[in-house]
Amino acid sequence: MTAVYEAHHELWDETRGAEIIAEHASQEGATLVVLHALQEAFGYVPEAAIPMVARALNLSRAEVHGVFTFYHDFRHKPAGRHVLKLCRAEACQAAGGEALAARAEARLGVSLGNTTADDRVTLEPIYCLGLCATAPSAMLDGRLVGRLDEKRLDALVAEAQR
Amino acid sequence: MSMRLFVSRDAGAVAVGADEVALALQQAAAVRGVAVEIVRTGSRGLYWLEPLVEVATPHGRIAFGPVSENDVPSLLDALAGNTPHLLRLGATDEIPWLKRQTRLTFARCGVTDPRSLGDYRAHGGYKGLERALSLGSDATLAEVTASGLRGRGGAGFPTGIKWKTVAQAKSDRKFIVCNADEGDSGTFADRMIMEGDPFLVIEGMTTAAITVGATKGYIYIRSEYPHAVEAMNAAITAAKRGGYLGDKIDGSMHSFDLEVRVGAGAYVCGEETSLLESLEGRRGLVRAKPPLPAHRGLFGKPTVINNVLSFAAIPFILAEGAKAYADFGMGRSRGTMPIQLAGNVRHGGLFETAFGVTLGELVDDIGGGTATGRPVRAVQVGGPLGAYFPRGLFDTPFDYEAFAARDGLIGHGGIVVFDDSVDMRRQARFAMEFCAVESCGKCTPCRIGSTRGVETIEKIMRGERVSENLAIVEDLCNTMKFGSLCALGGFTPYPVLSALKHFREDFVPAPTTLQAAE
Ligand SMILES: Cc1cc2nc3c(=O)[nH]c(=O)nc-3n(C[C@H](O)[C@H](O)[C@H](O)COP(=O)(O)O)c2cc1C
Ligand code: SF4
Ligand code: FES
Repeated sequence: MTAVYEAHHELWDETRGAEIIAEHASQEGATLVVLHALQEAFGYVPEAAIPMVARALNLSRAEVHGVFTFYHDFRHKPAGRHVLKLCRAEACQAAGGEALAARAEARLGVSLGNTTADDRVTLEPIYCLGLCATAPSAMLDGRLVGRLDEKRLDALVAEAQR
Repeated sequence: MSMRLFVSRDAGAVAVGADEVALALQQAAAVRGVAVEIVRTGSRGLYWLEPLVEVATPHGRIAFGPVSENDVPSLLDALAGNTPHLLRLGATDEIPWLKRQTRLTFARCGVTDPRSLGDYRAHGGYKGLERALSLGSDATLAEVTASGLRGRGGAGFPTGIKWKTVAQAKSDRKFIVCNADEGDSGTFADRMIMEGDPFLVIEGMTTAAITVGATKGYIYIRSEYPHAVEAMNAAITAAKRGGYLGDKIDGSMHSFDLEVRVGAGAYVCGEETSLLESLEGRRGLVRAKPPLPAHRGLFGKPTVINNVLSFAAIPFILAEGAKAYADFGMGRSRGTMPIQLAGNVRHGGLFETAFGVTLGELVDDIGGGTATGRPVRAVQVGGPLGAYFPRGLFDTPFDYEAFAARDGLIGHGGIVVFDDSVDMRRQARFAMEFCAVESCGKCTPCRIGSTRGVETIEKIMRGERVSENLAIVEDLCNTMKFGSLCALGGFTPYPVLSALKHFREDFVPAPTTLQAAE
């Protein structure tokens, strides 16, 4: 139940990509749906998929590229093995989230928005997970964690590094 | 007979261990040979008590919380012997924090199994839709209008008028869109109701559909809410199977189909026209109004777009009558508001109550002050575009007009509490930074002004030409206020200017003042 978005990804493959695109292309306004499906399968949206999406949806390459870059969620390259997202929005700030974010950066040796050199952990900011009454909050590969404190954060970081 | 236990499956409860507690209960009970049935409900919204475990008794449910895995053996002992337990809270319905509320929208949340259509029906579900079907479109519109319901997404526009506009529009197709983008920090009511009572949202949307003559609906949920996406999808499947979606809804001549679409991490897509662009598969650029979505909305067709809580208020209004709803509230703010207490607060959670309660009651009395135990210094009301209020304004009643009169807004009803360690310069800087990151880029004041705002506040933080730079920030705010197409650029000045006005001492510190601790 917690593993809604698990990080098991396939390697990019054109035939598989085409299959995924075809599966969703007939819906109205399908661009985001298709991009989400590609990212869920491959962990990112490969550059090579953009013209394929454009062709399938009868759009220009520039249009699809424009949509892809507009939204914070879509990645152009794979993330690290684990993705640790820390909430940086106001309720989490009020509960000490900023100090925890700094601690995570120090422990992992990367700043928010980056991946560790060994490709193990991508550390990202997120703006509200809707857990604002049990702030500060985090998400590790789709698993939610509330009431974050130094101890819980350190455990999460250690888990992500494994 | 087996013992019935209730543990929430709400994301907020799961984030603090509800899944582990449910599993431990199951396993420990099996070892003891005790038959238990664990129902995974939504959350009651008393988040400081999550994970909350309830047990059914002949006299109603008894609650325990916050329960950790380690508490499970002693909890089972107490349940078996009916003996006292440290975490025992007594009858759930008698917990003062819950008892003081007026739960019209959240009546079932935390009580029923959100996966069960049967449970929903057994607790009064679909009575509203049935009444709307028997009333017909005009009388239903009259009920919604008479209830005084105003959009709960932030702008407070009368829902009845919106629906009427779409009902009167002539078109081959019309759409119902539910705005479940809930991007405001400090808000989680949409998430809770989608996870805890998803059929309620479906019933509200279906009522809108049959009333205005729409046949297709979308729920646009932010990607940060995977549990809500799952819950809504499961409920849609169940409603279809039960004849409440699809053709001939509830035996009537109406058909209505519903689909979940997931956002992709853009705050501005909560703005209704940006959301429609996104649903159509484009960049979330805000559209100029007119035309209103009610005239030309999704795919150019007349569209009702409402917040989750607006749709969720509808079934009560129809089942119990407009007057039953409108009897609550003050002034032009009728009915109840699910208020969300968040941040550094002792009793954080969802508190549904009639409009009119004061900010001070909410923060000090209901919220219990800060979680850190330090004095409350500031509260931000209404998300990242909402103003910061000092204690001096705690007499403000929770009401659209009263907040506007004090240069604030109630927005989606979120209240974020800060203690006295807050540095208001940082909060002002963050408001500008957030606007810069999330701007859709269409207007210069929003796109460029916010970036300049960040730079200028940073100069103030470094003590550079403070009074000149403060004047520049105020000037920038005015430009953004009046030169922005939507409220992202237009309302970012609220948190910034309120911080400047009410917490001036943080910006122009007296020479001897110590810096607030980081
Ligand atoms: C930047 C911005 C973000 C918004 N975010 C949301 C949101 O997340 N949810 C929402 O319901 N309304 C949001 N709104 C308000 C919507 O534009 C719109 O007023 C609302 O969907 C109408 O529904 P209602 O009448 O039921 O409130 C936002 C507005 C702006 C300007
Ligand atoms: S104010 Fe900002 S977010 Fe709104 S339309 Fe203009 S640029 Fe876009
Ligand atoms: S602000 Fe961090 S979860 Fe809402």
